[in-house]
Amino acid sequence: MASANHSTSTRPTWLGVISDRFVDLGDLVRHWLSGLGELTLFSLRTLSWLLRRRPRKGTLIPNFYEIGVLSLPVVALTGTFIGMVLAVQSYAQFRVLGLETRLGAVINMTLVRELGPVLAATMLAGRVGSKIAAELGTMRVTEQIDALETMGASPVHYLVVPRFLGCLILIPSLTVMADFMGIAGGFFYSVVILGIDRGHYLSNAEAYVGMYDVFSGLVKSVLFGAAIALISCFRGFHCGPGAEGVGRAATQAFVYSFVTILIIDLFLGILLDAIYAAIWGSGPALL
Amino acid sequence: MSLDSSQLEDQSPGEDRPVIELDWLHVSFGQHEVLREIKIAIPRGQTLVVIGESGCGKTVLLKSMIGLIKPTEGHVRFDGRDLAKLTDSELTRVRQHFGFVFQNAALFDSLTVGQNIAFPIRQNRLAPQDEIRDIVQTLLREVGLPGDVARKKPAELSGGMRKRVGLARALAMEPEVVLYDEPTTGLDPIMTDVIAELILRTKANDDMTGVVVTHDMHTARKVADRVIMLHPLSRLQEDEVQVIFDGTPKELDACKDKRVRQFVDGQAGERLMELGVGG
Repeated sequence: MASANHSTSTRPTWLGVISDRFVDLGDLVRHWLSGLGELTLFSLRTLSWLLRRRPRKGTLIPNFYEIGVLSLPVVALTGTFIGMVLAVQSYAQFRVLGLETRLGAVINMTLVRELGPVLAATMLAGRVGSKIAAELGTMRVTEQIDALETMGASPVHYLVVPRFLGCLILIPSLTVMADFMGIAGGFFYSVVILGIDRGHYLSNAEAYVGMYDVFSGLVKSVLFGAAIALISCFRGFHCGPGAEGVGRAATQAFVYSFVTILIIDLFLGILLDAIYAAIWGSGPALL
Repeated sequence: MSLDSSQLEDQSPGEDRPVIELDWLHVSFGQHEVLREIKIAIPRGQTLVVIGESGCGKTVLLKSMIGLIKPTEGHVRFDGRDLAKLTDSELTRVRQHFGFVFQNAALFDSLTVGQNIAFPIRQNRLAPQDEIRDIVQTLLREVGLPGDVARKKPAELSGGMRKRVGLARALAMEPEVVLYDEPTTGLDPIMTDVIAELILRTKANDDMTGVVVTHDMHTARKVADRVIMLHPLSRLQEDEVQVIFDGTPKELDACKDKRVRQFVDGQAGERLMELGVGG
């Protein structure tokens, strides 16, 4: 009986529930803003170390190998398939309009401006970003990052700068690989499987895809690479305790990197189009 | 990286000045207060053992001494220099005077044992490249490990060997102060005694200052010149001090404080009831 009275007296009112939700939301926003502030400071520290002292070759080469060389096969494979998938999806609609020879232009434009950089960055976030976060998270949990500091080494200089440079420098190469393999895959499916005229396919592709499209894709990729490295290293450095903390850091590294890639892609796409329009006016229309 | 005049004044030589000084140290993580009003001065050459229940803040105290954890309030001074006032590179230079033996050794997985021990020497360019191999072999001998261990990866070593490699790495920079975070936890009694002997030998050889955080009373009695006991803040009143004992090992054995006696004699007493495992 006493417990029943107690539960009645502490039942929250609807006003209380709503105010609790507002407080929760406020806490969430505060937590999110404070995380963003910490990430900004972390990024500035990384840039400061990058300018202050050159990283050692012994720390650079293994990271470059891991980020660049080992990512190449998976980026090439996914690029090829995306190129072919684009051909499959676009063919039916373009054929209705009698414009199937323009497939080359559509596939290549989509690849070099959007899908190539986003695909390479997504693979990098999944393959390398998660690994960076798990690796640094384990080092945090097992006090190896503390050990670095006690021995007079800056963990940012020793651990973050080589990974940051690796992502920044090698992601354009991965993007070029994704572009190339995607273009090759699209060409193969369109010309060899679907039987589209080779000459028209190539001449359309050449007419509509310019150097600025390739350039804008590569500019995007550099920013994607920087974001993946900084977010993944930051998650690893601020990893929670135990195996659960490391697992969460790895997952968060991928999710946050992916969301950031899409946000950067949108805003940079708008900016680069505006720059193009300001300099050269509107580009050639596909249809 | 020049120092201002007040810092230069701080650095004037003084024989009787403590090598480490914690001055009204407070450390909180968010709302959670871990250390409160800690005032400890450690003279040069002394081995201080810090004991206390799990979660009372011993490791936080140790990490504060080397600037890995920043004080919420108060000061940590090394040789008269306030760590909070140092720039990054000054703090790096100060840390070259310390060696830190981590609870689980914290060896770098990706490096061999030899590379681990050589790391601080290479990092701080303390010796030419061709001498580093000899230094590593000497350090391995000092901690009683064979030379061929240098080629192994940390994962191939037993717990006791890892701790000894951790000690060798901490000694690589010939530090003035060695901080030991539970150096004997998880080791068998014989290996525990080996580590305690190594701590004593290190001190005897180089007159190093040592701070040892441990639960192990055998090690504490063996190596300590002075013992401090911390009590968890959650079980203290607002006006009570957190350092509930400060004295020699002999005074510790004679101490009548119930909380100290319970810990030293390893008797749970009414703590069983508090923890909800009483009959």
